[in-house]
Amino acid sequence: MGAQAPATAERPTRAATPATLFLAFSQMALSGFGGVMPFAYRTIVERRRWYTPAEFAEMLAFGQVLPGPSICNVAVMIGWKQCGLGGALAALAGMLLGPSVAVVLLGALYEHFEHVPRVAHALGGMSAVAAGLIIATALNMGFGLFRDRTAPQAIPGVQAALLALAFGAVGIAHWPMLMVIGVLGPLAVLLAWWRSA
Amino acid sequence: MIAADRHGSPLWPLVVQLAMLSMTAIGGGIVMLAPEVHRIVVEAHPWITDQQFAAAYAIAQAAPGPNMLYVTLIGWQIAGIAGAALATLAVVVPPVALMLVLLRIGHRRSPGTLGRTIRLGIAPLSVGMLLAAGWILARASDTDWRSGLITAATALLMLRTRVNPIWLIGAGALFGIAGFV
Repeated sequence: MGAQAPATAERPTRAATPATLFLAFSQMALSGFGGVMPFAYRTIVERRRWYTPAEFAEMLAFGQVLPGPSICNVAVMIGWKQCGLGGALAALAGMLLGPSVAVVLLGALYEHFEHVPRVAHALGGMSAVAAGLIIATALNMGFGLFRDRTAPQAIPGVQAALLALAFGAVGIAHWPMLMVIGVLGPLAVLLAWWRSA
Repeated sequence: MIAADRHGSPLWPLVVQLAMLSMTAIGGGIVMLAPEVHRIVVEAHPWITDQQFAAAYAIAQAAPGPNMLYVTLIGWQIAGIAGAALATLAVVVPPVALMLVLLRIGHRRSPGTLGRTIRLGIAPLSVGMLLAAGWILARASDTDWRSGLITAATALLMLRTRVNPIWLIGAGALFGIAGFV
């Protein structure tokens, strides 16, 4: 871990209390319009220097392999490493408390003004955009998958087929996602394992 | 607001199903599970409408914070403040508990080759399901060719430029107000 840090980098200063963690993560979450991850990286690595870029990347990877929202997993990991259980819970609360109050307030405003045609129209435009954002994120991830040269065991044809099957099962056939993961997941992992063996 | 179905309050069934779902959200969190949440709260039960689901999703995207908080709004739509709090906890607590257990037993070192193989294998499925999430949301919110055009233009801009998505959300709102959708 530490060996990968650039020699010139200042060592991260690790002096956080649950209170500072709560405030720091609240601030990141409340600035995170359209996604928290870029703000988290900027604050944790570049501003507060709690972790090096390599350490952050490692935590993010771990957060993605485990279930749950990766940004919450990262918050819990950082809080834990900084000051144990209290730190983990404080970081997580910071990540969720302010934004969930904000989202419910916005939802209440919306319900109040739902029948004002202008608000309904604005929301219509916003959800059309939101759909486009997800589609673009998926496509970006898909392109990244096929470009990943560090994964020799990935066969483009097999990957494309798995991707299409998952899309069709969930998006067209409306299968429960758990069923899709249960059926296609072991198959996909076996294929990746067989190629790497 | 939609009332409870004839089996009583939908709050606990919602919490239980979300909690089970949360443990399957590998590689992308509950945002990836939007189709499944949609299936539960719109298709399998008459808890909220397609429009409410789309509105919750759009508001959570527009609001600051993790995008998974659309679940908070859905909980609020179904059962008020208690629903908001419990739906959020249902999605967050099980994975966080697992994470804490792993940290506790000192498993925090690199997940190793097995973890990498699993991640590599699952990745195409994650992408396919995320694409399905976008598709289902587009089907719910694109009522005519003009909103379809907005969805397509958004995707293109995201792929081709580094524009901050919040500006696109704002532009979508303006297009809507201008009567384009």
